[in-house]
Amino acid sequence: MPVISLSVNGIPVTAEVEPRLLLSSLLRDHLGLTGTHVGCDTSQCGACVVHVDGKPVKSCAMLAAQADGTQITTIEGLAQKGKLHPMQEAFRDNHALQCGFCTPGMVMMSVALATEQPDLDEAAVCKGLEGNLCRCTGYQNIIKAVMAGAKAMRG
Amino acid sequence: MYEFEYHQPKTLEEAAKLFADADDPQFMAGGQTIIPVMKQHLAMPSDIIDIGRIADLQGISVDGDTLTIGAMTRHGDVAGSDEVRKSIPALSDLASHIGDPAVRNRGTLGGSIANNDPAADYPAALVALGATVYTTSREISAEDFFTAMFETALEDGEMVVKVTFPVPEKAAYEKFPNPASRYATTGVFVARTGDGVRVAVTGAGACVFRQSDFEKALDTDFSPPALDGISVSADGLNSDLHASAEYRANLITVLAKRAVKHAG
Repeated sequence: MPVISLSVNGIPVTAEVEPRLLLSSLLRDHLGLTGTHVGCDTSQCGACVVHVDGKPVKSCAMLAAQADGTQITTIEGLAQKGKLHPMQEAFRDNHALQCGFCTPGMVMMSVALATEQPDLDEAAVCKGLEGNLCRCTGYQNIIKAVMAGAKAMRG
Repeated sequence: MYEFEYHQPKTLEEAAKLFADADDPQFMAGGQTIIPVMKQHLAMPSDIIDIGRIADLQGISVDGDTLTIGAMTRHGDVAGSDEVRKSIPALSDLASHIGDPAVRNRGTLGGSIANNDPAADYPAALVALGATVYTTSREISAEDFFTAMFETALEDGEMVVKVTFPVPEKAAYEKFPNPASRYATTGVFVARTGDGVRVAVTGAGACVFRQSDFEKALDTDFSPPALDGISVSADGLNSDLHASAEYRANLITVLAKRAVKHAG
């Protein structure tokens, strides 16, 4: 079985993994990081988005073995010293969730969007969130939150 | 997911040997199609040969009037590349509309064309631009490369290494995306080169094809009205829950006109 070494939220991890193990399963079932959600398992919903070397990817469409040598950030890795990330704060302040299931993926994608395009507009938010589905909110407050979160990240 | 063997070769030679030695092997590039397909047991290869770490498959470069893109180049890297944007902006634009940002960070040019999904975007670009596919054993023109639905000219164990695109005078791609998957319900790539205009259609048929009557009309007059009065037959076009063949036939005209306008 492949032995992989990677960094998850800044913590080095070495694990022997079955080839069929998905990155989402490594995170949830082996490392106990259940903030990464698996909504559809067909790579359409985006609830499982994490950052791999700083870029958002769907962790249910990547093998754990492919993550060897990478740096992974999950939703659990965003808050620092007990303080929420500005994007998490923005989601809370703007009531950008109802059931919350899609939220970890939404926040991870939004942080990546705002990092790549600090001055993004609403159209860019909508295009950037095309791969993240929310079945509760109708997206209006999510878009507001991402705009507010991006502004807070700019400082 | 069922059990399989996983290999991560560092060279093309190593990948070829692994392929030859396995029972039912499958190359994996970005994995954005094969992983979901394997989860559903629609394909069940015995061995996955992950070509993601082979240095020879990486990179984007421009040399004179030719843009070269390595097979393992991710859609997001094509979309964000200054070289691509400056040489063939239509290709950069196409790549920026494949799937969604997370898919674009994993999916690759080589994986997309080797899979030849009838609704994929890249085949239209390759055929319209007159691209050449370089494999581990030969060069294949784009038109000869895409042979049928999910079929290409690739032999067992043959791998796409890179694709070269001649830089056109002007080009544009327009698609009507499926609202859920972002695959092309129909997509039309129009390119004008020194040798004339080429129009390639994806998503409408079993495999990418050229719309030769459009090409003739646009050769004479490169403007949207030049396509007025040409009726596109729905015969042989795809008909499914997303769109009827007649709807797709109409989209070919609409999208070709938009692409010509967009190309300027």
